[in-house]
Amino acid sequence: MMMRGNEEKGMTFIVKTVTKLTLGFILLYGIFVGLNGHLAPGGGFSGGVIIALSLVHVMLAFGKETALKRLRPTFLRVCACAGALLFIFIVMTGLGKRAHGFLGNEIVIPVSEMLIVGFGLFAIFIALVLMTKTDGQTG
Amino acid sequence: MIEIHLILIFMIAAAIIAVAVKDLLSSVVAIGAVGIGLCMAFLVLRAPDLAMLQLVVEILSLIILIRATIRKDLPFSASGRWAFNTACTLLFLSVFLTAASIALKNMPQFGSPLMKVSKVYLDEAVPKTGALNVVAAIMLNFRALDTLGEATAVFAAVVGILAIARKRPRKDDDAR
Repeated sequence: MMMRGNEEKGMTFIVKTVTKLTLGFILLYGIFVGLNGHLAPGGGFSGGVIIALSLVHVMLAFGKETALKRLRPTFLRVCACAGALLFIFIVMTGLGKRAHGFLGNEIVIPVSEMLIVGFGLFAIFIALVLMTKTDGQTG
Repeated sequence: MIEIHLILIFMIAAAIIAVAVKDLLSSVVAIGAVGIGLCMAFLVLRAPDLAMLQLVVEILSLIILIRATIRKDLPFSASGRWAFNTACTLLFLSVFLTAASIALKNMPQFGSPLMKVSKVYLDEAVPKTGALNVVAAIMLNFRALDTLGEATAVFAAVVGILAIARKRPRKDDDAR
């Protein structure tokens, strides 16, 4: 494999610049869709998928190495597991109802769902990409 | 109503193309066309939540299919045992069509569902929860345990795929 500079990995310069500009907006839109599920169309699942799409966007534009340097797979797994634990804690203890039903359910459940779906789906994407790479080398 | 039928015909044609075409990339694009058709059907049926969810999930699955699995050459053997395969296909088709024709006679008419449980939800969702979006109100309050099951299914899928597609072996397998 040829040694290349860090600038030449991923897509072209134009795509990288546009990604830098739009990444924050896509991430913000995902959080907006997730947290505003009770007022507008959307919900925790849609918001989580949009967050995962923004991370996939970075990975497609900048290449594997640059994205994995910032977002370690261990961090993604910890986030997804934290979301699952938060969700089951809220449901099992019934704390959502006690907090007047509004802050409890409409905020905590979408947040935990966004954590599970967003980071979990991106972790799946990373796992599949890395798996194809190792398969190409060995077989 | 005519829009639904047009979209359904488009989706069925795209699904047939996805199965029949030889190129793997074309097949993936045809599957994406099926998903976009489903998204438009949700929009026509006035379900923007589902349409948005279907759109984003479709984009993500399309990216995963193209980026992560398109390089694998999936061998597909169409030769051999064609008589058995055709007989099985015809048998299951007849069984499913017969069961569906019996079951669908007892279903309520399209667009007029049974409103025994959902009427209570629709009436009480907005005053009881304060959420303007009735879908989210039902999902997060009356059906919160259902949402828990959905999130559990997603989390189980994530953990399962991460366990299968892990790069390094476990510590027990290091000795080999």
